[in-house]
Amino acid sequence: MLLIQLLLITAVLAVGVLLVRSTAGARHQAVRRLLLGGLVVLAVASILAPGAVTAVAQALGVGRGTDLLLYGLVVAFLGVLVSSYRHRRSMEERLTQLTRRLALDEAEPPSLARARHEHAPAPRDRPRA
Amino acid sequence: MRSTPHDAPRGARPAEAGTPPVPPPAADRHPGTWVVVPLYREAGVVGDVVRELRTRFAHVVCVDDGSPDDSAAVAEAAGATVVRHGVNLGQGAALQTGIAYALRDELTTSVVTFDADGQHRVEDADAMVRRLGREELDVLFGSRFLDRRTQLDPLRRVVLRLATLYTNRSTGVRLTDAHNGLRVFSRRGAAHLRLRHDRMAHASEIVEQVGRGGLRWAEHPVEIRYTDYSRSKGQSLLNSVNILVETLLG
Repeated sequence: MLLIQLLLITAVLAVGVLLVRSTAGARHQAVRRLLLGGLVVLAVASILAPGAVTAVAQALGVGRGTDLLLYGLVVAFLGVLVSSYRHRRSMEERLTQLTRRLALDEAEPPSLARARHEHAPAPRDRPRA
Repeated sequence: MRSTPHDAPRGARPAEAGTPPVPPPAADRHPGTWVVVPLYREAGVVGDVVRELRTRFAHVVCVDDGSPDDSAAVAEAAGATVVRHGVNLGQGAALQTGIAYALRDELTTSVVTFDADGQHRVEDADAMVRRLGREELDVLFGSRFLDRRTQLDPLRRVVLRLATLYTNRSTGVRLTDAHNGLRVFSRRGAAHLRLRHDRMAHASEIVEQVGRGGLRWAEHPVEIRYTDYSRSKGQSLLNSVNILVETLLG
């Protein structure tokens, strides 16, 4: 086995394990893990047998194996963008709920505010520039 | 829900010198209405806006959206109740917080949304609350395109028209001005809102939820005062791209 093959396989496996261990909603997580598993197997296979990727690429009508990899990478990158956008939205939503809850619980209760406002004099109605 | 106890009402101040000899009694200042003012970095103008609001409305709540300046203190000194977001979330989030605050008050019958930069007229809000009650509506949207009072530059007019066209298409609610910050909700209408877009896309979101909820709505002619200040603070035209993306991507 070539040294580069050993290094790449180790790296791919390490990244795969790291990604699979991150937590999120159960069903999405299962799908992600399956996809990742497939990707790891493919990555290792392509490292061990570089010719196979080219064979697959040619069967699909793409010239070289590296081109096929590039296309795959672009698609995967877009997928990652979308999933990270979704993830960020859900984090933001939770931050919003937390902040809102804190803001409301720390605010003067409306019943007290109401009493105070109704006893405070109304300011003079003055025309604005 | 629980809330922290307060031994004394905050911000209670003795009558200022220069207050009118006969202030309008609270009963005339819409005792069932909360005016919600989303507030972010408007320390320079929010004091005047709140004072003007309080000539017609007894209950004003400013939702300070984590302003780094002293907007919150200025609003409080002007007589508003201030609810503070610990971090900046965006105008949509601030509106939803203010509406939630108003709905915690069981005496609330209507909620007004009003921008902090002084572009709306308090007289318009006053007339809208009266009309909402008279016509038993759930939502009354302010529109700057129903009469000719509002002075608009042509580019802004085109962008607002396009935004409205898009909102009408996507929500099925036919409005003339979908991006006007002055609105009045009945308690039922306000309880229908669940704004999820924290930043600016909430305007279309409100229209969409009103359409889906089968609420009774109408539009009311209002004037927008485009001062140099509000123009410099207002949404830049590029920001409409952000709004579109936020709306499409959910």
